[in-house]
Amino acid sequence: MRNKLMIVLGAALIAGCGTTVDPEQPGASVEDRNAKSIDGADVKRVTPEDNLGTALAAVKQGVLAKRSVFFDYDSYVIKDEYKSLVEAHAKFLVANPRVTMLIQGNADERGSREYNLALGQKRAEALRKMLALLGAREEQIEAVSLGEEKPRCSEGSEACWSQNRRDDMLYTGEF
Amino acid sequence: MTALVRAAFALVVFALSFAARAQLTIEITGAGANRIPIAIADFAGEPGVSRAVAMVVRADLERSGLFKLVEAGAPLAENAAVNFGDWKAQGADALVVGSVQPTANGRFEVRFRLHDVQKQASLGGLAFVMAAPQARTTGHRIADFVYEKLLGEPGIFSTRIAYVVKSAGRFELQIADADGMNPQTALASREPIISPAWSPDGGRLAYVSFEAKKPVIYVHSLASGKRHVAANFKGSNSAPAWSPDGRKLAVVLTKDGASQLYSVNADGSGVVRLASSAGIDTEPFFSPDGQFIYFTSDRGGSPQVYRVSSAGGSAQRITFEGSYNVTPRLSPDGKNMAFVTRNGGRFQLALMDLATRQTQVLTDSDKDESPSFAPNGRMILYASEIGGRGVLAAVSSDGRVKQKLSVQAGDVREPAWGPFLKN
Repeated sequence: MRNKLMIVLGAALIAGCGTTVDPEQPGASVEDRNAKSIDGADVKRVTPEDNLGTALAAVKQGVLAKRSVFFDYDSYVIKDEYKSLVEAHAKFLVANPRVTMLIQGNADERGSREYNLALGQKRAEALRKMLALLGAREEQIEAVSLGEEKPRCSEGSEACWSQNRRDDMLYTGEF
Repeated sequence: MTALVRAAFALVVFALSFAARAQLTIEITGAGANRIPIAIADFAGEPGVSRAVAMVVRADLERSGLFKLVEAGAPLAENAAVNFGDWKAQGADALVVGSVQPTANGRFEVRFRLHDVQKQASLGGLAFVMAAPQARTTGHRIADFVYEKLLGEPGIFSTRIAYVVKSAGRFELQIADADGMNPQTALASREPIISPAWSPDGGRLAYVSFEAKKPVIYVHSLASGKRHVAANFKGSNSAPAWSPDGRKLAVVLTKDGASQLYSVNADGSGVVRLASSAGIDTEPFFSPDGQFIYFTSDRGGSPQVYRVSSAGGSAQRITFEGSYNVTPRLSPDGKNMAFVTRNGGRFQLALMDLATRQTQVLTDSDKDESPSFAPNGRMILYASEIGGRGVLAAVSSDGRVKQKLSVQAGDVREPAWGPFLKN
């Protein structure tokens, strides 16, 4: 095993000055000299406490386990059918002020990647505003966009695109 | 598994994919109306290196769609007497001859001369001393010389292109020679990478990476492989565009709500708002003189191209036809603007003459994106899709010359043509 490792590392060195990033293992990559800066997001990390752990167990079950809101074509309005879901998440954020949420907005694949990134942002922003109106603190929520880059479905049909026009909610520890 | 072993596994994948992944193959799908017939003789002297150099010159000129190769026969040195009548009879308007001689220290001296067959005159030549592995580089420089002498504009054969390859949940930002050879991976990630942009000196790439579960802008020095965060504000950070002096980036941030234009220094300091609207402003691009920033905005109801003075002020609308005009990219001389327009549900590449505002649609495909001008302004590289797979394509600004660039296994997207390298 050791010999193999040496060969592999040698091959990687020969392969040039590329940077390998494995987001699931921050710091594990030997070639990423700036791994720390990746963690430099403005989202505040909360220090783990007993009640935080309990709270975060709650978001894995029941209505809080539902994390997606879907949008109509060219629309950024949270539909009525999702209002109770958004209220449940807002209630949870209000009750657990140390918990943070990342909202990832998404768009379907048609058109410019950067414009779609901006459309996804509009969707994330709509959800962020609604959660804030329902009492969640500004510092608790970050709204970002993944644009068309993380499709849930990758066929070129409306049935598929409708799954890609969505917001996903991630809690502390999930991003 | 220890961190080291896990890192090693990640690197195995990295090394293998690097070796196994085929480079970009370039196919010519349309050629210029009046191609210059040119003969490129094998160079005299060292036969192996000579052939390697001459092959690159031929392939470069032919791929440009502006030259037609004429069969050349036996090797001819740069100082050999040329029988112009014979070459004329074979249909050649131009002739390249040369030689490759080994030097004392294991290197090679390459000399060549370009002849105008019609005028029976020499158009000059150059000499290079190189090591054998530099045969391709030397070939590109000879092709650049021939191209410039015969067409009156600089050749782009020594430039590089950047693009993103997606394969099985893996994204790689690659840099290759303009002919698709020598691909190198600058960044490999499990998360998407978009919007690479070359610094004007060709030494750095700005891009957007999603490795932190959100879009963050990095500036990556190619020689060292080191990079730094240029913008990581609350919300999304995207669409970097270099100022012509290479000191600043125009970027899109959402720290104050919707997607809006800002300027930051390349080191990430000094963030300043550039424009404001109630809607989306994105895809900034500096005019080559640095005076204006062209961008996409939906402030008028549908996405259209606008421009604003880089010193600030009110925006001026540039596109009016159709309901979707995005991704403005100016030609290096600042006279034309490439952009993507939607025609009946199809996204196509268009070119606008900025003086007359006349627009020509250059492509007939469905999903064209991300145009990028070659530094001499002749070709526009863009992303497209064929059979559900991402490919790159290039079209000349007159719409005649067409090329397709694809890799064997994987999607290619997000192309960016690099600048001329200072010799």
